[in-house]
Formats: sequence, C-alpha cells, structure tokens
Amino acid sequence: MPMSLTEQQIERYSRHIILPEVGGKGQAKLLAGKVFIVGAGGLGSPAALYLAAAGVGTIGLIDADAVDLSNLQRQIIHATPDLGRSKVESATGKMRAINPDVTVHTYRERLTAANALELMKDYDFVIDGTDNFASKFLVADACHFARKPYSHAGILRFDGQTLTVIPGQTACYRCVFSAPPPAGAVPSCSQAGVLGVLAGVIGTIQATEALKHLLGIGELLVNRLLVYNALRMKFRDVSLRRNRQCPLCGEHPSITELRDEEPPVACALRADSLHTDRHET
Amino acid sequence: MRIKVNDKDVELADNTSITALLVVQNVKMPDMVSVELNGAILDRKAFETTALKPGDKVEFLYFMGGGDGIAPSAIKGPLAPTYRGDVAD
Repeated sequence: MPMSLTEQQIERYSRHIILPEVGGKGQAKLLAGKVFIVGAGGLGSPAALYLAAAGVGTIGLIDADAVDLSNLQRQIIHATPDLGRSKVESATGKMRAINPDVTVHTYRERLTAANALELMKDYDFVIDGTDNFASKFLVADACHFARKPYSHAGILRFDGQTLTVIPGQTACYRCVFSAPPPAGAVPSCSQAGVLGVLAGVIGTIQATEALKHLLGIGELLVNRLLVYNALRMKFRDVSLRRNRQCPLCGEHPSITELRDEEPPVACALRADSLHTDRHET
Repeated sequence: MRIKVNDKDVELADNTSITALLVVQNVKMPDMVSVELNGAILDRKAFETTALKPGDKVEFLYFMGGGDGIAPSAIKGPLAPTYRGDVAD
C-alpha cells in the first residue's frame, strides 16, 4: 500500500469507495487484508462469500469435510452439484466466481494444536466457524498465542451468539467459558437442529467484524457477547470483562502452550476428515 | 427479593445461592452454563457459596458449540434459550 486500483476495481468496489469511512484507501486496505476462516460450513459460508465480494485480498479456508446433503439447508456456499466434493474446493469455486481479485488458500485438514499457529501466522484476523467445542477452544487458544484478533460465534436452534476478541486486551472466550463442557454433559449426537438462516445472520456479523478490523473503523464487538434470538427477533448485549481467573489470559494462566482439547465426539468424525491435502488457488 | 436474570425480573427467597437459582430456573444441565454476576464471571466452585442479594444482575451464558449435538430438552427453563441442540458448522 498504497495500492492503486484498476478502473474495473473502482467500478466493482464503487459502493465501498463512496463511503467516506472506506474510500479508495480503505478498499486498498481490504485488498491487502488477510482473513483466515476456520470451517467452510454454516458460519463460514456467508463469511467467505461476503469477504470475497468485499475484496479481501487473501482468504484462508480450512475444513477437512466433504459437502453432505444435510449441509445445504444452511451452508450456502455449497450447492447441490457439489455433493461429495471437498468443502474447501467447493467454496473456493464460488469465491473466485464472485471475485477473481481474491486469492484463496485452502487447507483440507482439521485445525490442530500442531498446525494452528503456523497456519494462522500470516493472517490479520480469524473467523471461528467451527462446529464443535474442542475446535472453538482451539481457535481461541491459538489466536491467543498467535496474538490474532478473532470472531467467535455459535448457533443452535433459534439462537446465536458472537464475540470479538483482541487477545491480551479484551475478554476472551475462556474468560466466559473456562473449559469445554464435560463429555457427559453432551449426551448424544442426535441433532436437534438449527434454523438455517441463523448461520447467515451470525456469520455475516463475523464478516462485518473482519472488515471493520481491516479498515480500522468503528467499534469491534469486544467485551460484550451479542446474543440473538430469532423467534423473539431480539438482539441482546451481555457486557463482559476480562476474568482475572481466566485459564488463558488471566493473572495466573494454567494454559501456557497450545494443546488440543478433548477430541470431538466420535460421530462428529467422518472418514474424509482423515484426508489431508492443501491447495492454493 | 427481586433480582434480574438475563434481563428479566425474578422473585426469589432471600439468600438464594447460585446453585439454588439454577435449580429454581430449571436449568437441567448447569455444566452447559456460565454464570455472570453483576458483570463478572463467577467461578463454578463459588456457585454453592454465593448468596444472591436484592438487585443482583445474573446472566446465564450458554455454551453454543457446534455439531457435537445436545440432546433435546437437555436444558430447560423459562429463561433458557431454546437449548436443545446445536449445529454451528
């Protein structure tokens, strides 16, 4: 930067550029920006699509899974002809179709304590679009050790919640939830469902946070958990503060290096999650 | 006495503990809930010994994970989100 925009880019991003808070400079920041999305599922889908459309220049996408018919009710980056394809490959096709300016780095593997820090080191912001507690804690911990700002989120049935964290400065995921719930508290894998559009509402908020961070504008969703209920159509803010007893960022942290939490329960594992291959497109 | 739980008024007997509040509020899986009292997250070990005072503000914050799946009706209560299962992937 400063990066000069081509005529086509000026037209493509004209609705951004016309915003005084963004302008050509802001758009150049987005084009130079790098966002890492963990999970190309419900939350990751809208985040990846909007960030690609917005011209975030480099987007990393990690997911070990393949597209399944039951995903399509909410994972809008994937379509019926993609069934059986790897999610990262399917997602990349859509992102590049929306915006060829974007470089997509894909990682067809699980995020683990062994690879997380290396994978996220070159990115500016991380979006947690994972589907299990172990991964959510891993993302939170990895972002803490890598000092990467991140957006946490979860959805279920008609509820969603999201929180942005600047490690070392604002309340983190473990300030609120010190550890994953005990295995016995998760009695079965019977899925009780989620209204698909919840993923769109919350995933789009995560993308908004990434854009604000890259642009350096507005106030991030820090030190407050945004809680959404679709049936009552209400958003609520729960104020948070850093927890001195936080095992990760408190005064006497017990977590001093990155490690994997309990693995996801067995039925969350699929044969294809054992494959590992990486692509850069 | 009156306190607020997730921004709603709740009438309680004096000196009710957090543990008792979780019972009164019919939270069947307290392991899935973090409790914030007047803006600070409360250590789980203090649930039993922390007595509520009039005007206290309590927030039940629920784990919302992903495809691990929570069995239907795992957590119930008038103020609980409709916490039955989660698919955040």
